[in-house]
Amino acid sequence: MIRRETLQAWALILPALVLLVAFTHWPAVTTVLDSFYSTPKGSRPQRFVGVDNYAALWDDVVFWKAFWNNLWYALATIPASVILALAMALAVNTALPGRPLVRMAYFTPTMLPMIAVANIWLFFFTPDYGLFDHVLSLFGGARHNWLGEPATALPAMMVVAVWKEAGFFMIFYLAALQAMPPDLQEASNLEGGSRWYFFRRVTLPLLMPTTLFVLVNAVINAFRVVDHVVVMTRGGPNNATNLLLYYIYEMGFRFWDTSMAATLTVVLLVMLGALAWLQFGVFGKRVHYR
Amino acid sequence: MMADMHDQRGEVRLTGVTRSWGETTALAGVSLTVRAGTFCVLLGPSGCGKTTCLRIVAGLDQANGGRVEIGGRDVTALPPAARGVAMVFQSYALFPHLSVAENIIFGLKARSVAPTERAKRLDRAVEILGIGHLLTRRPGQLSGGQQQRVALGRAIVAEASVCLMDEPLSNLDAQLRAEMRREILALQRRLGMTMLYVTHDQTEAMGMADQVVLLRAGRIEQDAPPAEMYAKPATSFVASFIGTPPMNLLALDGDRIRGTDFVVPGAGGLLGIRPEALRVSDAGLPARVISAEYLGADTVVACMVGDGRVLARLPGKVDLPAGAAIHLSHNRADLHLFDATSGLARPMQL
Repeated sequence: MIRRETLQAWALILPALVLLVAFTHWPAVTTVLDSFYSTPKGSRPQRFVGVDNYAALWDDVVFWKAFWNNLWYALATIPASVILALAMALAVNTALPGRPLVRMAYFTPTMLPMIAVANIWLFFFTPDYGLFDHVLSLFGGARHNWLGEPATALPAMMVVAVWKEAGFFMIFYLAALQAMPPDLQEASNLEGGSRWYFFRRVTLPLLMPTTLFVLVNAVINAFRVVDHVVVMTRGGPNNATNLLLYYIYEMGFRFWDTSMAATLTVVLLVMLGALAWLQFGVFGKRVHYR
Repeated sequence: MMADMHDQRGEVRLTGVTRSWGETTALAGVSLTVRAGTFCVLLGPSGCGKTTCLRIVAGLDQANGGRVEIGGRDVTALPPAARGVAMVFQSYALFPHLSVAENIIFGLKARSVAPTERAKRLDRAVEILGIGHLLTRRPGQLSGGQQQRVALGRAIVAEASVCLMDEPLSNLDAQLRAEMRREILALQRRLGMTMLYVTHDQTEAMGMADQVVLLRAGRIEQDAPPAEMYAKPATSFVASFIGTPPMNLLALDGDRIRGTDFVVPGAGGLLGIRPEALRVSDAGLPARVISAEYLGADTVVACMVGDGRVLARLPGKVDLPAGAAIHLSHNRADLHLFDATSGLARPMQL
């Protein structure tokens, strides 16, 4: 006989269970399954195709373009935003006038929705009368179509991402810095340690748990946040700013090729999983947790 | 001649040092001299300015006024690293991610001391402190007493002539505290460094110091060797701070203890007498017992004398029921007289 409490327990977790299964677990499972089937069309029902979808993806030039774009995008934005975040946190951790104001200013990009951010930057990048061209024209600069040129479009998206991310990561670094006992710095001062020596030998190692956390988030965001692509370039020009997740969206909801979208999703998940495993497995061992 | 030069090196002298934060005054003109190679304890209740005083000597805080000299050199404006002092923090301030060995030689690496010299100094410190088996551990894997030793190790390898300690034993349990007290004192004697030691525990001060500086509200109440501070407290505050339990202070009405007909030599102010100077006898100060606390070697009896409360420390186990009427006798030489308003010690009218 099932005990009363057991039934009650199940009843209590039922709402959460239903929601999780319906919107998380079941879609995840069907996504993996769908990647081995063809896309159902009006005349042709869905059928099992094995790894045909993966083979098609391998031969898809746009996929490879999006893949490399995303790789460069990650390699540029992650270190830039993390280093900038650390620098900003160190700057606002010292006693300076108007410190709360500066902290808030750094954090503002994080509070803005990415759609709003993208629209602001759309104006900054506008040829001729946008902020950048306007400032450059004062120094005799020429006209730039920042988002229209394949050479500058992806770097322009990277700048937006770094601007958006750095303030968010700064908060974590700032919290970690504030949790560091001030007498460590004092002890180092007494022992003749320069500011750089203290930073290198003490601050940086003690920030490693934060850095690992920030890095994991930065990697995920580099593959996850594509809102600005939707607003600013729609992957163009000529797929110069097409990123993997945006390509999944295009595949799934513009071309309605749901099987290929599912295949892409699985590939992206495997990539992210491998990266997370690498970060925690290799990097995590060298992190000192207090 | 060599000895003189060495003596000069570790002398610490403060002249009119003041420090305030806005309205609050931490130090109101502190002047003191600590001779080289001596053990000086800065003693006082919390908030008396003793830690501020130590931090100003270290250079971690800047004085608003006055001079700090170390080894005859004016260091008032120098950064901490240039002052030639080592410091043991209350929290030990060990770097949690570095091994014990790395913690100890942290400063030597910062100052680019040659590796062979580093190893030599580390070996010596490790041998003195007996922590050879801990060198590869991290501070988090050590007990409080072991962490304390590592912090001491860092001070030893610096080979500074002056060592500053900020309540170094406050995080240890009572038994370990007594052990470390002896160890620190032995260390100071062996290395011959000048020690400036901050504590609020008067037993530490009495047991370790060559010189005790008792601070109260940013001012020096008395600067004297422990025995003198015990025997001749300069103020009623010193009297009520030193001793276990501290000196009894009774208000006087004219030449009588308030609420009694007991006549004392001296009029007005406060009469002081140490608990251990009182004995139970047939005649003397009439008292009524409130309670008796048996401590093993002796019993501390609390009584009412007139309107005032008096503690008497009597040897052995003394059975006195609450409410019992007794008489407490004493020697005249054990009486102290203090001014009622200024608190300063006054000579007895013998």
